[in-house]
Amino acid sequence: MQTNILEYLEKTVARVPDKTAYADDRTALTFRQVFERSRSIGSFLHSRGICREPVAVFMKKSPDTVAAFFGTVYGGDFYVPLDEEMPVYRMKLILENTGSRAVICDEKTRTAMEKLDFQGEIFLYSDMIRHGADEEALSEIRDRALDVDPVYVVFTSGSTGVPKGVVACHRSILDYVENLSEVLGFGEHTVFANQSPFYFDACLKELYPTMMFGATTYIVPRSLFMFPVRLVEFLNEHKVNTICWVVSALTMISSFGTFDTVKPEHLKTIAFGSEVFPIRQYHIWKEAVPGAEFFNLYGPTEATGMSCYFKVDREFGLDDVMPVGRPFRNTEILLLDDEDCLADEGEIVIRGTAVTMGYYNNREKTEEAFVQNPLNPCYPEIVYRTGDVGRYNDRGELVFVSRKDYQIKHMGHRIELGEIEVHANSMDEVKMSACIYDIEAAKIVLFYMGTAGAAGIMGYLKERLPRYMLPNRIEQIDRMPFTANGKIDRIALKERIKESK
Amino acid sequence: MMDEIITILKNLHPDVDFETCDTLIDDGILDSFDIVSVIAEISQEFDIKIGAEHIVPENFNSAGALWELVCRLEDED
Repeated sequence: MQTNILEYLEKTVARVPDKTAYADDRTALTFRQVFERSRSIGSFLHSRGICREPVAVFMKKSPDTVAAFFGTVYGGDFYVPLDEEMPVYRMKLILENTGSRAVICDEKTRTAMEKLDFQGEIFLYSDMIRHGADEEALSEIRDRALDVDPVYVVFTSGSTGVPKGVVACHRSILDYVENLSEVLGFGEHTVFANQSPFYFDACLKELYPTMMFGATTYIVPRSLFMFPVRLVEFLNEHKVNTICWVVSALTMISSFGTFDTVKPEHLKTIAFGSEVFPIRQYHIWKEAVPGAEFFNLYGPTEATGMSCYFKVDREFGLDDVMPVGRPFRNTEILLLDDEDCLADEGEIVIRGTAVTMGYYNNREKTEEAFVQNPLNPCYPEIVYRTGDVGRYNDRGELVFVSRKDYQIKHMGHRIELGEIEVHANSMDEVKMSACIYDIEAAKIVLFYMGTAGAAGIMGYLKERLPRYMLPNRIEQIDRMPFTANGKIDRIALKERIKESK
Repeated sequence: MMDEIITILKNLHPDVDFETCDTLIDDGILDSFDIVSVIAEISQEFDIKIGAEHIVPENFNSAGALWELVCRLEDED
């Protein structure tokens, strides 16, 4: 039985060593190169005594970043992805949380890292891949490895202002990747175009099946997501046949009439998720790429990646809701009502091997969401409470209804509005703030009381929050509306947004 | 017209000097979310249709470039 994600790479490198595994517009790595570089990195970490630790990887997104990820696993460690897009303040919070003693950098990010006041060691990727593989050390590390050992920690938004690090182990990744691949029909001839940043679980959909099947992933330059014609030309140039993208990336292409100029020629599998795909946009895609299969996916980072899928098998009218369908094999969805009883509509609770191990170094938040299965009083069994509400439609398919709290999905990103407020409130010139999500316009609006100017607040937030969490509009108000029991009246603020339209 | 364009941009990034900046794309000041907002608001404000063929980096690098794009599209109508 396979117990380690690296076995994918080892089987594939024996079969197709010289095939391109990962490529971007500058570099490409074959499976042999990924294999040799990651083993060299693992040996380097071992030689420095870094073992069973969270190793931060702070590199420009590229094929080499993937080799660094697997390198930490060869070293018996687990990776914590950081990115240039992250503000310094957030990186500090993450490094504080993991207490990492080592970070892997490239030449460029090393300069940024040195400004961070990081107490641990900074290792240069280019030095690490020259170290060479220490066969004895690597096999010793592997002999001791278990499938419940962590592979990575990725961070999501947290309402207290501190991001939460989700820890995933080999077992849950193997379970997820195998079942996802089976449903989406991945194989050796799959050519992926990766959209997701590497600091989200979403990139697992490309990075791991590529290693498993000997497929190829092209990393799409970020700037192309602004320029739809060039993006489709990129897909055609590389004969990309599979994309698993956030809905906003797909609608950006379809809503501007891109297909009048250029159509994707090789796409066979189009998977989307993280938010609702507007049916009008789906129709445009379906017409442009009639031969492709479409999949709606749903799942939280805490259950490794995606938990449910719906293969679009029928026509949808503009008013219809596309379901998220059914769980992947070896995953169960429970809908629980307020009394924790099974219901037709209720909180989506996930059960199975794909449920991750919890939040790193954060027992309190872990115990709130990773709980004993309320339906099982007899022996320990952890399930994950998503905080999402779902229901079954009359065909018995699962449908996403809403969130229970202030968490939102904005442009495919999961955001706790409270986290934005915490940072805005930390500014001296802000007395009080409230974030409202304008669902119709897909905009985050920040209302505030205080003497600060909008420009000042934006500049302040840019230093602390990732770009996708920045408010789209900042509005000063004289008096914050309150409800009878003294809470910020968010309904009144929503009304205010409506009136201003 | 230039004022309206600047206002639309300022709403997204109050901290950027759009009067002088001519590297909005090259320096990553506008990202893909911004581009989508800018296109939606400019189309509405000036009642024009910005087709995919116009959505190229050269047309979004500065407020001036956007202004020229709007002028071209208004002439086409």
